[in-house]
Parts: sequence; structure tokens; C-alpha cells
Amino acid sequence: MGKDIREDIAWAQINNDVLKSLENPRKLYWVILFAAMLVFSVGVGCEIYQYNVGLGAANMDNPHMWGLYIATFIFWIGMSHSGTLLSAILHLMHADWRKPIYRFAEAMTTFSLMTAGLFVMVHLGRLWQFYYAVPYPSERWTWPNFQSPLLWDAMAIFTYLSSSVIFLYIGSIPDFAIARDNIHPGWRKKLYSILALGWEGTDRQWRNFRVTYLTVACFLIPLAVSVHSIVASDFAMSQQPGWHVTSFPPYFVAGALYSGCAAIITLFIILRYVFKFEEYMTLPILKKTVRLTFAIAMVWTYLNCIEFTATWYSHDQVAKDVLIQKATGPYAPFFWGMIFCGSVVPFAMMVKKWQTSIPVMFAVSLLLNVGMWLERWMIVAPTYSHGYYPWTWDHNQWPSLIQWGIVFGSFGWFTLLFMVFCKIVPSVSMYEVKEMVYHRSLAKKKEELGLEGGH
Amino acid sequence: MSKRSILALYNNFDEAEAVVKELRTTTIKGFDVNDDLIIKSPIEHPEVEEFLGNKPVNIQWFTLVGALSGGLLAFFLIAGAQGNFYAQSKGGKPIVPFPPDFVLTYEMFILGGVYITVLGFLICAGLPAKRSPLYSAKVSEDQIGILVDAEESAAATLKGIFTKHKALEIQEEAGK
Repeated sequence: MGKDIREDIAWAQINNDVLKSLENPRKLYWVILFAAMLVFSVGVGCEIYQYNVGLGAANMDNPHMWGLYIATFIFWIGMSHSGTLLSAILHLMHADWRKPIYRFAEAMTTFSLMTAGLFVMVHLGRLWQFYYAVPYPSERWTWPNFQSPLLWDAMAIFTYLSSSVIFLYIGSIPDFAIARDNIHPGWRKKLYSILALGWEGTDRQWRNFRVTYLTVACFLIPLAVSVHSIVASDFAMSQQPGWHVTSFPPYFVAGALYSGCAAIITLFIILRYVFKFEEYMTLPILKKTVRLTFAIAMVWTYLNCIEFTATWYSHDQVAKDVLIQKATGPYAPFFWGMIFCGSVVPFAMMVKKWQTSIPVMFAVSLLLNVGMWLERWMIVAPTYSHGYYPWTWDHNQWPSLIQWGIVFGSFGWFTLLFMVFCKIVPSVSMYEVKEMVYHRSLAKKKEELGLEGGH
Repeated sequence: MSKRSILALYNNFDEAEAVVKELRTTTIKGFDVNDDLIIKSPIEHPEVEEFLGNKPVNIQWFTLVGALSGGLLAFFLIAGAQGNFYAQSKGGKPIVPFPPDFVLTYEMFILGGVYITVLGFLICAGLPAKRSPLYSAKVSEDQIGILVDAEESAAATLKGIFTKHKALEIQEEAGK
């Protein structure tokens, strides 16, 4: 395997290459941005229609109360996992190959969470009555139910979102200072001057920076695990058939890491090309990310088996019926699609030659995320279609185009935010890439000296 | 006595380290190496601490206070809100149920910890701050800056040391 990064890249060149990405991306950047705006506007149009007409426009009914909205909400929450969590874990483990890729992964976390939050609002239908859900004393005497995982969810997501934004921002301060010092005068310089907070790279600043970054990273690891465990509790603590499974929290956490890693690969490949980051987002780093994704894919597959087995042997006939219905009923193509994309496609990552093949890995990462989206849909919809009471069965419900349109639009919203971010904030951490280059060049020097000493 | 600030730029850490070592071993009247010396570098560099001597970091105290107060605040706020249920029928369920409250307490423990740690960082690192007049953009690129604050009488000696170690550039500014 080649080197993660060349040791002889000049530090000034790192600044130049990354800062250039803020001003001169390839044309594909604008194509992606335009496409994202188009897709997002489809979603906005659908939401306006649903807002005016009511939730019936989504073809939601009783028992199908959550539909694609909550499935997609879980998908986006899951997507958010890998960014900050992996960045924090790899930081604690001193895995320096994270350095060129963690910034965009953390941004992915932030924007996925923002997209997920939208779905809670969209799913409510009556947006104008959102304040009913907010805990404050009022004459209605309506306090939130503190024993409900839905409330824990709101708190956990708020904590994760704000902590992730802080983690992203703190880690970017030295880079804002670099941008402030090296970019030509204009609105960008003013913006970076504000964001850099007067950073000068003094020993006092670095000393406190290191401890802060490490501390926040330590907080983020249990936080990220708790967020998706709590999302899993939304399901596992209910009495619905197919959801009341003990292994749901680790299953959700593994699924979240999995889809997040797959998304990191997709975005890695896009950014590498669009911003000409071939020197920093190197193939050996892609290979490491791919191997990590494969390992998580196998954990997810194992937990899937656990879930199916637990249901099969649980003596809960209705839960078993839901499982059989998933595999043989109207949802079968999607269920098997999930199994294929989530458990079979990852084996492509075992082929050494493909681990560094950009087109193959791009296609694989997209398929993995299709599988992970299907997984969330297969958790929500089949259970609602086949409850404990036969008179609530509704096996043939199909989401309306409005519902599909809003889900589709969310991908545009995420891409739009992400691409705008990458044009404003350096998506490769310049100071950390310099550290990486510095440490590797020191190691190389030591190695050479050792060799000379040996002679 | 009036003070003078001098900034010397170096190509690499080894050169900067040699300068700091000489400054530490030389007695210069009107210059205190522990208080009047600042190193500016483009990357986080543990070696700087080795040759500069250990300086305390107090952020962990902010973290402790933030996490504890976040957790306590959460628990008492929630328990206080649940106290409202005294007036409502609870069907034998506890008024303040500990297991679900623990989840929210846990989240606020982390939230408080993160927020106050960042506040501590800003206070301890002296941010936001105005950039000092003696600042070179080269420091954010690839050079190491040594900034000293000394009395006028010490300026010549300090500049001599900087020049001896082949400073790339020396900037100075008369202070108060």
C-alpha cells in the first residue's frame, strides 16, 4: 500500500491547494449545486402542498402514521453518526490518516442532523402547532412526557447537533486564521477574521486548544452512541410487533456507523475530484476507509441475523408474521434489496483491486446507502402494516408522490448545505495535514539516520 | 522604563528551540524568559512545551464544573417540572421516575460539559482577541515566530541572539 500522504509537500503548497478549493472548484461543483437546488425545490414544493392540503396528501393514515418521513429521519440521524464519532475515535487513537478527511465528515454530521430535524417538523403536519411539543408552563397544563423516548430523542439530537457544531468550529479555528492571513481582501477575509477570533497560533492557544479538542472528542463518543440508542428506543420501548427487540440499540448504532461510513466514501470521491484534492484525499486513505466500512458492514449483518433470530424464537407470533411478511409479502423486493445492498454488496470491498478503484467504490458506497435507507423503511412500514389487531392490517399502503417528493428533496437540501459549506470552510484541515506531513517527515529522517548508523 | 516587542521568524522548530534554549540560559536584565516569551507556530507542536517548560492548563476544571452543573440542572429542572404532577392523577407511578430522568440528566451532563469546556477554552486561550501588531502571516504558513516583550535596555541583546541564530526576519515595535 502506498503512503497516506507525501512527506515532501511544502506547507505553503498545502495552504495554496486548500484555499484554491474555496475559489476555483471544477465545473462539476456548479452542476452538483444546481442539481441540488432543483431537487430541494421539488421537496419544498411538495411540503408547501402538504402544508396547505394536510397530511392526507402524503397518503398517511392509521395505522401508517410514520411512513417515509420517520424512516428518512432515522436515515439522516444515522448518516450523521460516522462523521463526528469516527473523527473523535480516530483522534483519540492518534490515527493520523483521519486528518485530511475529518473536516468534511464532521460537516456531514452537522448537515445530516439538520436534515433529520426537518423531518420531525414535516411529519407533524400541523407545523404551526409545534409549540405544543415544547416544554413550558402554560394554562393548558400540557407537560411533555419525560418517560417517552421521543422526548429523550429531542434532547439527545439537540445535544449532539450543538456539540458537533462546536467540535467542527473549534477544530476549524486555526484554519480560519490561515484563510484570514492568506486570502485576498473581500467578504471572505472579513468573515474569516471574525471566525478566527484573533487566533495567532501562540503556545498558550495551542496548549489550550489541544486539551479542549480532546475533551470535546471524549464527550462526543458516548454522546453519539446515546443518540442512536435513544432513536432505537423510540421503537424498542414500544409494544409494536417487530420493534420490541433488545438488540435494537446496538443494531441502530452499527447501522448508523455503516451508512455514515458509506456516505464518507461517496463524499470523499466527490470532493477529491471537484476540489482537486488528489494529493490529500489519497487512495491509501480511501482504502483504509473502505476496510473500516467493510468491518462495520459485517457487524451490521450479524446484528441483522440476531434481530431475525430473536424474532423467530420469541414466541411472539405477530412479530414473526411481520418478519415473514417482510420477506414474502408486498415489501419483499425492498426487504431483499436491503439484504443485497447491505450485506452482499459490501463483499465487493474485499477485492483488493476494487478497494482503490474510484468508480467501483463510488457505486458501492451509493448502493450501501440505498440499502441503509431501505433498512429504515423496512423497520417502520411493515410493522405498521401488520399490527396485533387484524382490523388494523393494511398491507398495500403506498406512500404518495408528495411523500416521495419530500424525501427526495431532503437529499437536495443536504447536498446544497454541504456543497455551500465546502466552498466557504476549508474542507481539508490545513494545519492538521501539515502536522501529518511534519510527523511523517520526522519519522523518515529518523529512519534514514538509523540506516546510516547501521552502516 | 519603556518596553519593546520583538518578533523573530525562523524556518523550523530546531532553530527556534536553539534560540529559546539560549534565552533560558542567558541572564538578560529587563527580560524574563518565563513571562515575556511567546512562541507562535503553524501547527500544534508538543516539542514547544518541552523546550518552553510545562505551563498549566486549567480547562479541565471548567469541564468538571460544566458537566456537574449541566447534570444537576437537568435533573432538578425535570424533577421540578414533574412536581407539577402532584396535582394530577399518576395511577401509582412515581412522581419523579429516576430511570427516564437519568437519560435526560446524562444528555445535559454532556451538553454542560461541552459548552463550559469551550467557554473555558476561550477564557484560557484569551480568545477572542485583537491580533498583536507584531504578527506575520508567515506563521500561519510555515515559519516559527518568537515574540519577546522586554525593556529597551534588553532589546539589543535579544536582537543579537536572534541574529546569531539566523532569524529570517526581525520585526520590532516600541511599546509603552
